[in-house]
Amino acid sequence: MSKHTLSVLTENRPGVLARVAGLFSRRGFNIESLAVGPTENPDVSRMTIVVSVDEQPLEQVTKQLNKLVNVIKIVELEPSTAVQRELLLIKVRADGTVRTQVLETVQLFRAKVVDVSPESLTIEATGTVDKLDAFVRILEPFGVRELVQSGMVAVGRGPRSITATAVR
Amino acid sequence: MPAYDALLDSTKVRHVLVRHEQGAGHAATGYAQATGKVGVCIATSGPGATNLVTPLADAYMDSVPVVAITGQVARPLIGTDGFQEADICGITMPITKHSFLVTDPAEIPGAIAEAFHLASTGRPGPVLVDIPKDVMQANTSFSWPPEMHLPGYRPTTRPHGKQVREAAKLICSSHRPVFYVGGGVLKANATEQLRELAELTGIPVVTTLMAKGAFPDSHPQHLGMPGMHGAVAAVAAMQRADLLIALGARFDDRVTGQLSSFAPDAKIVHADIDPAEISKNRHADVPIVGDCKEILTELITSVTSERDTGSADLTPWWQQLSGWRDTFPLGYDWPSDGTLSPHYVIERIGALAGPDAVYTAGVGQHQMWAAQFVHYERPRSWINSGGLGTMGFAVPAAMGAKFGLPDTEVWAIDGDGCFQMTNQELATCAIEGAPIKVAVMNNGNLGMVRQWQNLFYEGRYSATDLGTHKHRIPDFKLLAEALGCVGLRCESKEDVDATIRKAQEINDRPVVIDFVVGKDAQVWPMVAAGTGNDEIMAARGIRPLFDEDDV
Repeated sequence: MSKHTLSVLTENRPGVLARVAGLFSRRGFNIESLAVGPTENPDVSRMTIVVSVDEQPLEQVTKQLNKLVNVIKIVELEPSTAVQRELLLIKVRADGTVRTQVLETVQLFRAKVVDVSPESLTIEATGTVDKLDAFVRILEPFGVRELVQSGMVAVGRGPRSITATAVR
Repeated sequence: MPAYDALLDSTKVRHVLVRHEQGAGHAATGYAQATGKVGVCIATSGPGATNLVTPLADAYMDSVPVVAITGQVARPLIGTDGFQEADICGITMPITKHSFLVTDPAEIPGAIAEAFHLASTGRPGPVLVDIPKDVMQANTSFSWPPEMHLPGYRPTTRPHGKQVREAAKLICSSHRPVFYVGGGVLKANATEQLRELAELTGIPVVTTLMAKGAFPDSHPQHLGMPGMHGAVAAVAAMQRADLLIALGARFDDRVTGQLSSFAPDAKIVHADIDPAEISKNRHADVPIVGDCKEILTELITSVTSERDTGSADLTPWWQQLSGWRDTFPLGYDWPSDGTLSPHYVIERIGALAGPDAVYTAGVGQHQMWAAQFVHYERPRSWINSGGLGTMGFAVPAAMGAKFGLPDTEVWAIDGDGCFQMTNQELATCAIEGAPIKVAVMNNGNLGMVRQWQNLFYEGRYSATDLGTHKHRIPDFKLLAEALGCVGLRCESKEDVDATIRKAQEINDRPVVIDFVVGKDAQVWPMVAAGTGNDEIMAARGIRPLFDEDDV
């Protein structure tokens, strides 16, 4: 099974997320990651869904999604031609003895410290799944107090827009 | 309450007060299937709405245009576990084409218009509109028709020209083609076009359980129904075909049997209005998305010009097909214990009521016999619950059909198990003026389950005896009379015709006939669940061998 990233444009209405999520579960597909947010058009929301399926069931899930009345458009984004990012907030144990080491790692990954306390640092990082995984691996030895990660958002490279023609 | 108060003043809306919301839902389905129009049912919040769940799921599986309007608790109460609150939009999400929770009174007309549009266009299906009580009570400005806003809904009706030409080529060049016709052809009102294309090409036709009546049963090119209880010739034709032209059909497991051994040599042309059906179960070599009527119309043109350059000779194929059809016709033996044969009863109802009547059925043995032994010549004359297999469908569906077609004779062919699930609607029929005729094939048992117990569980009849024979509880004749119907009973072959005729003569009230039939009659042919269609048994212990005389 391979991972696929679907960009799903939907009407910005209550209940749409439940319809999309429900469809995945009842048709037996697993969502790896899901992120929802507004777009440049206030009537349209955009979901980025990462799903692990083979090619043929992917076609089926895309068709089923397209049948949802509130779904306007679905585009599969290839990793090679799209920018994909996740956001990570991580609270690491960092007292005086290791603080410098932690801060070096933060710099190395071009992450950002967003909160400081005598025993801990809270760090914000964005990047691809691989980069964030690597970042977390490096920080683990210091002691991870708390970790929260967003679903992936993605946008195609180049000047073309998938939203421009979506809403008549 | 507010909606019903307004209904009292309406001169246009015919409201039928049913006895149970499930009855309303199936009646809406029966009405829609009989007339082609959208069926409407209405229920109150909470339990009223949840009682619609079964008919909505039923209409969803069989793609029937139904609009359900439900009441909801007032907006401030939503989400508080208020009295008679149920999240019916959430509950019905997987079993409706779409649903609306109307939170602004100004949105009511738009939601209703969109609901009817969604239900009746594209692949039809049920749509639910949930309206909170305070939204119904509010005042708002009203203009009609309202503007519809469905940016994500654009069903494809016009087929792709290149795909149609590809299909036409295959149709003309194949040596063992079969038209595999599903309910979509009826939904698209495309039966005339189907007949024209079939006669133009000389290709054999099979019609699924949902498509009975889409092609006349009496037509010489009709091989019958495919599937688990299909005709041997229809099943064999598909298994040996080199081309299946699927029209508004969805390769349901009851048709294909074990998918991996279904129609192994066939290329597939799959025409359907729902792109998600294409290549869902079986890969389509030529997919055509569109409305069946438009597809068939374009296919007729394409095939006509393709045939100018020649077409394959189907004579050897027809020789083979005729061989199967002649050797393994549908039939039945009279029960050895001398009891009344349900096959015979259903055959006689079909003969006496004829092709102009409308027939509904519940689910089980009687449904299969009604599909096999009544001859359907016209579209929309056979209404049943195919996909969901909803026991209790027959009586309320017949009621809906009768309200849609008041001048047509409507027969509900039912079983004693099914009949005990929804017969309260006979009171509705009696009071509201729907003089339907109900033929209960009363074998005292849940017959289809009993048949499986007999065949696959060594005759261990666990929980299938309803006691309707043993104790005559309920007495269907008395029950019918209690519900304002005429109750008749028939227990012997000699009385069958006379009893049916007597029922036909009564038109001021519904009639229920308790046909007391044997419990050991079985449905044949049969492909056992999980096996391939090649394993079809024409009758018990008789397995046709198809491989001897392959073309």
